[in-house]
Amino acid sequence: MAAIAATKKVKKSGADKAFQFMLYLLSIALLILVVYPLYFVVIASFSDPSAVASGQVWLWPKEFTLDGYEEILKHSEIWIGYRNTILYTVAGTIFAMIVNIFAAYALSRKDLVGRRFLMLLFIFTMFFNGGLIPTFLTVKDFHLYNTYAVMIVPFAVSTYNIIVARTFFETTIPEELNDAAKIDGCGNLRYFFKIVVPLSKAILAVIGLWTAVGLWNSYFNALIYLKDADKYPLQLILRNILITSNMQMSFGSGEAMQIAIRLSNLMRYSVIIVSTLPIMCFYPFVQKYFNQGVMIGAVKG
Amino acid sequence: MKAQSKKETNKAGLWLRIRRNWGLYLMLLPALILLFLFSYRPMYGVLISFKEYKAAKGILGSAWADPWFKYFKKFFDSFQFGTTIKNTLIITVYGLLVFPVPIILALGINQMRDGRYRKIFQTITYMPHFISTVVMVGLITLLLSPGSGVFGAICNALGFEAPNLMGSAGAFKHLYVWTDVWQHAGWDSIIFLAALAGVDPSLYEAATVDGATALQKIRHVDIPMLMPTAVIMLIMRMGNLMNLGFEKVYLMQNDLNLSSSEVISTYVYKIGVINTQYSYSAAINLFSTIVNFVLLITVNEISKRLSENSLW
Repeated sequence: MAAIAATKKVKKSGADKAFQFMLYLLSIALLILVVYPLYFVVIASFSDPSAVASGQVWLWPKEFTLDGYEEILKHSEIWIGYRNTILYTVAGTIFAMIVNIFAAYALSRKDLVGRRFLMLLFIFTMFFNGGLIPTFLTVKDFHLYNTYAVMIVPFAVSTYNIIVARTFFETTIPEELNDAAKIDGCGNLRYFFKIVVPLSKAILAVIGLWTAVGLWNSYFNALIYLKDADKYPLQLILRNILITSNMQMSFGSGEAMQIAIRLSNLMRYSVIIVSTLPIMCFYPFVQKYFNQGVMIGAVKG
Repeated sequence: MKAQSKKETNKAGLWLRIRRNWGLYLMLLPALILLFLFSYRPMYGVLISFKEYKAAKGILGSAWADPWFKYFKKFFDSFQFGTTIKNTLIITVYGLLVFPVPIILALGINQMRDGRYRKIFQTITYMPHFISTVVMVGLITLLLSPGSGVFGAICNALGFEAPNLMGSAGAFKHLYVWTDVWQHAGWDSIIFLAALAGVDPSLYEAATVDGATALQKIRHVDIPMLMPTAVIMLIMRMGNLMNLGFEKVYLMQNDLNLSSSEVISTYVYKIGVINTQYSYSAAINLFSTIVNFVLLITVNEISKRLSENSLW
């Protein structure tokens, strides 16, 4: 009997070992698949563009150069875009946090009269909306078209973030706490700032980061609602450099054009690095908050 | 008499309950104002899809279209109707087919025994999620360019000429879907990992005692555990079948691949913002929103009957 159990165990651990081995093999292949394109952009941005084009750049930079980065320094619109994006991200995040967290807290309170109806008002907008043109016309009617404010104010409400934060408040802030505060004569607003906020740092961090990354990366609102190039955020400038200009390379001739094309290709690699670096550097430190946020959101899809 | 007075005190009580929580309503106010101005007011603006909208006359002042469904009919009769719907559906359905990828990834991560390796693996696979759409499409364009990209170099090394994938109508859907998998599969696995973290360890112990292999544990413990989450996620995706996002498609679009990359959202943008045919664009948009809405409710209803999983 014991012998049978023993052989069974050996067999099983053998199968499990093979499974673990395969798992590591596959996961390492996946890691390479994810990392290599990113790594390639880094080395290509430091390499001579002709070496990149002829496939000589594989593992490290060839004929090291900083030309791409020097070219970026000459493009003032990139820095204007950077400045605008920082402005939109910082102001937009602060504004959206105030709007969404306040709403989420109010909606999390079971003693809020009309709670279900109010929640429905928010949820309905997740599934139904006026569409692009009616929204566009509304923005124009309020004279927000082509203003800095349009990037910060009108679309700050995020029903998804409200639901996540509301779930957090409902599940982690005990109701008895509020009852006790009420007896002590502590009003709702004071209770929120003195008690709820300090207990909710995790969810505030999550939603703040989500909002910030979303604002940093988006280009749609800028494309629709901005006209002046000096108000463009970085992503819209990047679109012109990375994608649109691809089709417009028709100036000059012969060698001059060849050089221009190469330089612009090199600059594309560098500009990807320059624009993505802030988020990539920041991300590993805050990753745990992101994960937590998704988990809280998962409680109530 | 009695009932009425009770009703009255109830009413007073209600008013009291509202007044006592005035602070909460104050907190709700900014979000509600924005919601009304920029979500509900545009919903009233969909009226223009039934009208001949003239900016000078406003929404109410503009004349009704004749017949009122003129712009819907115009879309149904146009040759773009079939193309945009077909393209939208092909891409979203293709996207549904790769739906299991994050689930498989989560099952794999869940089996990793070395905590540090697992953490590194997660950090790295989540990373592409934070790349912006613009940079992502720029990256695809650069790497796949036949003349100067890494893809062209590989093809040359293998001895054949690189195809221009970005300019190929046939390749568009594959490119769109698989680059999405590359970018988001890691991140999308988090939600399934969360569900797996809730598995009662005694289930695994029991399975081990019964001599189950790792694969059997996945099959009989993990997968059933993931089903409710997976179904909810699927409903959400199905409800968005006609609602393919604008940002990535529009950036990947060019004259060469237009025949398979023109989708409803990009067409709405072109007709409305670029050609300023406001009423026509709003009509196309409204049509797709309604189809989506109906789809979501239907799928949710079916799922409710079959599996008791529901969004609401």
